[in-house]
Amino acid sequence: MCDQTFLVNVFGSCDKCFKQRALRPVFKKSQQLSYCSTCAEIMATEGLHENETLASLKSEAESLKGKLEEERAKLHDVELHQVAERVEALGQFVMKTRRTLKGHGNKVLCMDWCKDKRRIVSSSQEHAVTMPCTWVMACAYAPSGCAIACGGLDNKCSVYPLTFDKNENMAAKKKSVAMHTNYLSACSFTNSDMQILTASGDGTCALWDVESGQLLQSFHGHGADVLCLDLAPSETGNTFVSGGCDKKAMVWDMRSGQCVQAFETHESDINSVRYYPSGDAFASGSDDATCRLYDLRADREVAIYSKESIIFGASSVDFSLSGRLLFAGYNDYTINVWDVLKGSRVSILFGHENRVSTLRVSPDGTAFCSGSWDHTLRVRDAFLFSCV
Amino acid sequence: MSSGASANALQRLVEQLKLEAAVERIKVSQAAAELQQYCMQNACKDALLVGVPAGSNPFREPRSCALL
Repeated sequence: MCDQTFLVNVFGSCDKCFKQRALRPVFKKSQQLSYCSTCAEIMATEGLHENETLASLKSEAESLKGKLEEERAKLHDVELHQVAERVEALGQFVMKTRRTLKGHGNKVLCMDWCKDKRRIVSSSQEHAVTMPCTWVMACAYAPSGCAIACGGLDNKCSVYPLTFDKNENMAAKKKSVAMHTNYLSACSFTNSDMQILTASGDGTCALWDVESGQLLQSFHGHGADVLCLDLAPSETGNTFVSGGCDKKAMVWDMRSGQCVQAFETHESDINSVRYYPSGDAFASGSDDATCRLYDLRADREVAIYSKESIIFGASSVDFSLSGRLLFAGYNDYTINVWDVLKGSRVSILFGHENRVSTLRVSPDGTAFCSGSWDHTLRVRDAFLFSCV
Repeated sequence: MSSGASANALQRLVEQLKLEAAVERIKVSQAAAELQQYCMQNACKDALLVGVPAGSNPFREPRSCALL
């Protein structure tokens, strides 16, 4: 969900005519320059080859899009739920809330588990002393458990080393790592404490070096705010997926900055993306009230998780350890649990008194935590009848 | 949008689409079978799917069942 878009006007000296004008970025042989609109127009007409016109470029783009759809359709020989017909259906699901964490003074917006599975970091819309802005929209735990990263309307991602010393002022040791030109919507450490991946309302994602604050790679391609991202499980290489207000989910190569695959089947903003545990697929949750599964090797959407009775947007999704269950938090205060293979809903969980804004399964898969605008976090697991 | 910016953007879009069209794909039947296989292979380890014995669950309060 995004309420505002910001237009950034850059004024300065044109790289061609050196006059003081409003500038726009142009690419000349992969180098980015800043031209005023007059020079940009001249360059465009010079840059086009003899027979190429805008119209022919547009029609080439259209025919390529058509070809892409055709190639994808050729391999669409069956539906996922048909393949899964012979799989045993899941039994009755009972999930119990084990912990209700009440400590936030306002809406919980984001949370992340520490790899030690015992600690959680969460962020909220607070008037807290330590953060310079009220909406902290993204937070993440470092793999070592020794630091957290967070950011939001301040357009930055800052890293705070964690200390259990009550006398230490955490805010004093804060390090500003990422700088975007719009709000920070999501952040994640890569496999080490040394690099952070960020997504922003400015329509880009970026990879940063924590120590120096240097921008290592930027990812351009979304046509609107990027709302979420998820890194591929380490075994499957250096890629990540992002989802945005342009209804697109894009898969990126972290080294080259290139978009390798893009999917545009949702009908509204994509609020959450999460990789399937094997890394071969990913799920998305959207304001169009559906969750979808995209297989990366088949290069298409392979399942939609929706019901006519579900009309509110899905804000957050995550898989259980085996990938059989998809947990999705919605703006109607509920959590729906979907059978990923069969496409059916296996359970609906109540308890929150306002929108579910964030949801994560613990690293060992024994529990999951949901955060809500009702100021609480709830940790739940599967209730097992057992005789002790 | 002036023609300058859109020509550039279109050229990049065409390049990007060419890249995406060249991606190697497998059939949905094969992809689905592999997703299913992964689920089946890991189902027994999935505590949210099958539950865990009470003793090893870190979130459960210790319970005692006294049979008199």
